[in-house]
Amino acid sequence: MANLEGSQSGETRDSEFETDFQLGQDNIRPFGLDIHNPVFVISGLVVIAFVLLALANQEASAEFFGWLRPFLTSQFDWFLVISVNIMLVFCLVLIFLPVGAVRIGGKDAKPDYSYPGWIAMMFAAGIGIGLLFFGVLEPTYYNFAENGGARPLGIDITQPGNEYIGIVGTIHHWGLGGWCVYAVVGLTLAVFCYNKGLPMTLRSAFYPILGERIWGWWGHLIDTLAVFATLFGLTTSLGLGAQQVAFGLNAVFGIETTNTVVVLLIVGITAIALGSVLLGMDKGVKRLSEINMLMAVALFFFVFFVTGAVDAITRYVGVMVDYVVLLPALSNPFGREDTSFFHGWTTFYWAWWIAWSPFVGMFIARISRGRTVREFVLCALIAPTCVCALWMSTFGGAAIDMINQGGAPGVVATVIDSYKPEGALFGFLQELPLYSIISPIALVLIVIFFVTSSDSGSLVIDTITAGGKMDAPVVQRVFWCTLEGLVAIALLLGGGLSALQGAAVSTGIPFTLVVLAMCWCVYSALKTEPR
Amino acid sequence: MFQRILAPVDLAHLGALERALNITAAEARQHGAAVTYVSVTGPAPGSLAHNPDEFRAKLESFAKEQAESHGIDASALAVVSNDPTTDIDDALLEAVEQTGADLVIMASHKPGVAEFFWPSNGGKVAAHSKASVFVVRDA
Repeated sequence: MANLEGSQSGETRDSEFETDFQLGQDNIRPFGLDIHNPVFVISGLVVIAFVLLALANQEASAEFFGWLRPFLTSQFDWFLVISVNIMLVFCLVLIFLPVGAVRIGGKDAKPDYSYPGWIAMMFAAGIGIGLLFFGVLEPTYYNFAENGGARPLGIDITQPGNEYIGIVGTIHHWGLGGWCVYAVVGLTLAVFCYNKGLPMTLRSAFYPILGERIWGWWGHLIDTLAVFATLFGLTTSLGLGAQQVAFGLNAVFGIETTNTVVVLLIVGITAIALGSVLLGMDKGVKRLSEINMLMAVALFFFVFFVTGAVDAITRYVGVMVDYVVLLPALSNPFGREDTSFFHGWTTFYWAWWIAWSPFVGMFIARISRGRTVREFVLCALIAPTCVCALWMSTFGGAAIDMINQGGAPGVVATVIDSYKPEGALFGFLQELPLYSIISPIALVLIVIFFVTSSDSGSLVIDTITAGGKMDAPVVQRVFWCTLEGLVAIALLLGGGLSALQGAAVSTGIPFTLVVLAMCWCVYSALKTEPR
Repeated sequence: MFQRILAPVDLAHLGALERALNITAAEARQHGAAVTYVSVTGPAPGSLAHNPDEFRAKLESFAKEQAESHGIDASALAVVSNDPTTDIDDALLEAVEQTGADLVIMASHKPGVAEFFWPSNGGKVAAHSKASVFVVRDA
């Protein structure tokens, strides 16, 4: 974009990142839309084709993806784990290097959002319903399920000091290893967009490697893959999440779980998400994220106090120390004997975080102008890790205590005796006072968590498919948001949600290479920035 | 009759604005009013500029150009919004307050099907602004 008339009076730019590309030059404008050709068309068609194929060949696709997912997470275990380790070390090093002082958006940039608004949006987009879905499920599963076969590193829980090893495993999956992926993608996109002046889309990050070729097929490929990963990841969550809400409705209000109920839930969630994207970033997405965080904090403190605050704090300190001590062993890809934990969960999680990273990374990038690199990494890596760990250790720890005392039959039935993951949270809440008040709140919270992922996801897909334009016509957001809901409904009724999840995880593998390359790209970009 | 005219412009579509710009200049001369050209941008690089400062500079040189070619008193106001697609109407309404404009002259396309669902920017501003609003349609 070097040939801007009158741009001399603006900032002078790095000659190294100077390009003649004009934002929107490849866009086509049928019916008053403003869409990137071919990214919009290809991703739209591929999504629809995938859904039709999955519906037409249900058995074959279920079989294929049923095979593909474990194949990838067990054959590429070393690749995923080593890659995530590299990303984590890279992030930690950035905090201490001089380039940590670089400010996103240039030396004089002011943050667009206050700390609470910024962190609330980062969280609400990034973890989806993870905290609610897995907070009770994961720690109790590792501790007790499969007759102890799923314990991290095969650690014996009967030894004193190891009672909460399941929580340590959970923190591993929701802590540094996950958030460092988002941080790398987010930081890279933010720097290339706000500091280097390239469009807000995935391909821009590859300018140091591919040069002008990012505007051609290399770029189309990267962007299309990102749309694919985002849409499939979101749709899977939407479908599976609607099932959890339906389970909750049944447990709380006795409403029978039928397809009609689940479809209505998806329609409802999509409708709220539509309202949010139509109101826009500040009036819709941000407000909803803040409401979401307030409710989550309220639910957290309720559980924190009724299950014993002192116990919760002692336990939290204990598991955090264990986490730091065990992190090297948990991050080692070779000679692992705890395969149920390692292949069943860790590598699956890594692929899943990476599959979500284009979406969350791009969203975080969008809202992070005006922060320094150091501030960004601390707030996008360390802070969420500590908060996720606190949540998991409070919910999971209380549930483990109950089970050890022979209680919590609802959790035992859904996690240990059988596997109905959507029931774990409600089985736990049943044991607490005020169940009739708390459980509807938890239900509403789950719904809002979905909406806040769905709306930010639609904004991201819209921006990518508009070639990096953030001010494309509003009807395009409506299209993507609606398509997410429709795909979720089609696959829920026709079968194939797990196929879709397999597809989403599969996009995580090629994307790992993309994120690794980003580490190098962002570092080379940061070096040339004034501090 | 009018002291200050607010003229919302989109520098990316100046061709489509020609009619509105000429009318703005004519009105300004007739009433001896000052014109503020206002435009809304996002914080991210767009097709016009890499960042808000560059955008502001372009808008200022545009205003200067208009002032010179039409012999009017003109200034520029660049509004930065986090989500221009949805915030443009409110940003324009705020600009009316901020500049104390008593007349808004803006271009708008002929209403189509979409306007049943989303009013055009001109429509929304006309409905909510205290200032007089002159919506200029395509010829």
